[in-house]
Amino acid sequence: MSHAAKTLTIASALATALTLTAQTEAQAQSKEKCYGVALAGQNDCAAGPGTTCAGTSTMDYQGNSWKLVDAGTCMDMKLPAMMDGTPRMGSLEPLDRDRPA
Amino acid sequence: MGVTETEFTQALLAPDLPVPEGLCDAAGHPAGRRFAVYRNNVAVSLTRALHEGFPVIARLLGPDNMDGLAGLFLRAHPPRSPVLMLYGATFPAFLEGLEQLAHLGYLGDVARLELALRQSYHAADAEPVDAAALAALPPDRLAASRLTLAPAVRLVRSPWPIHDIWRFNTEADAPQPRATAQDVLVVRPEYDPRPVLLPAGGAVFLAALRDGVPLAEADAAARRAAEAFALAPLLAELLSGGAITGIAPASSEGEG
Repeated sequence: MSHAAKTLTIASALATALTLTAQTEAQAQSKEKCYGVALAGQNDCAAGPGTTCAGTSTMDYQGNSWKLVDAGTCMDMKLPAMMDGTPRMGSLEPLDRDRPA
Repeated sequence: MGVTETEFTQALLAPDLPVPEGLCDAAGHPAGRRFAVYRNNVAVSLTRALHEGFPVIARLLGPDNMDGLAGLFLRAHPPRSPVLMLYGATFPAFLEGLEQLAHLGYLGDVARLELALRQSYHAADAEPVDAAALAALPPDRLAASRLTLAPAVRLVRSPWPIHDIWRFNTEADAPQPRATAQDVLVVRPEYDPRPVLLPAGGAVFLAALRDGVPLAEADAAARRAAEAFALAPLLAELLSGGAITGIAPASSEGEG
């Protein structure tokens, strides 16, 4: 592509982008609720489940007895197997792995 | 004092260790029980912080597994900063290092996306440029301009469908994840981080912008990576996401 053609491509892409932006701004008055994950104040010992002040550290959240036994959503989530030879990226690992029952 | 700070910290994170000797309360009584309460609160609060910081991971694994995992993580990676909102930066790599989770290869990158959303939320504010200022540039100067991206912008590249997995576990009617690699841009319009699925070539374009490559060259690099790359929709995402905060003129016309 020539230099002139390239600069015009960029300019027209921007013009298109501005049109798209104007459309979305017109539509998007109802914004999605924030996924905000502010972690402030979580060490308040009186607030909510799991933060009992009366407990001792040898109760629940020990970790040393952890085993991955029961299944969450993840084990049920079906990721369709990647077609052989069509990975979009070279580093893609095969998805046809085992899932625990 | 009969207890060093090191002993205190070790005992804090190791529930099998006895309460350190020499701790006492304000009235001079032994403070063993108070220490136990504190020890519990440290573990519980960090566990809750991980649940809140990585809700999709918690959902994927189930709450009990997440609790167990958090217990392992918080002892192997205690906070390095007193600021709880930053906790968990090493969690994605930690997930990838666990043999028990090796069959769920996508967990690490999904956690990276969640971390990117959180970091975006807490990133510094920056005033986005007026789109009109970009449109006012003559085409050749526009093409040679370098764009500055907002501090809240994040880019997560993955060989896994992380955007689909994230949606599937956060939105009510999201479709099943597709078997494809997905790169995700995080923008923060009006203080709410938003993950945007990038088209092929999009991540190359953004990485080039971030490296200070002029607009036309970044576009060309993206096309080399993916022939079908289209600049306009991505520019629209950046503009509507408030992600462009500066326009630097071409280096031949001044400071780059």
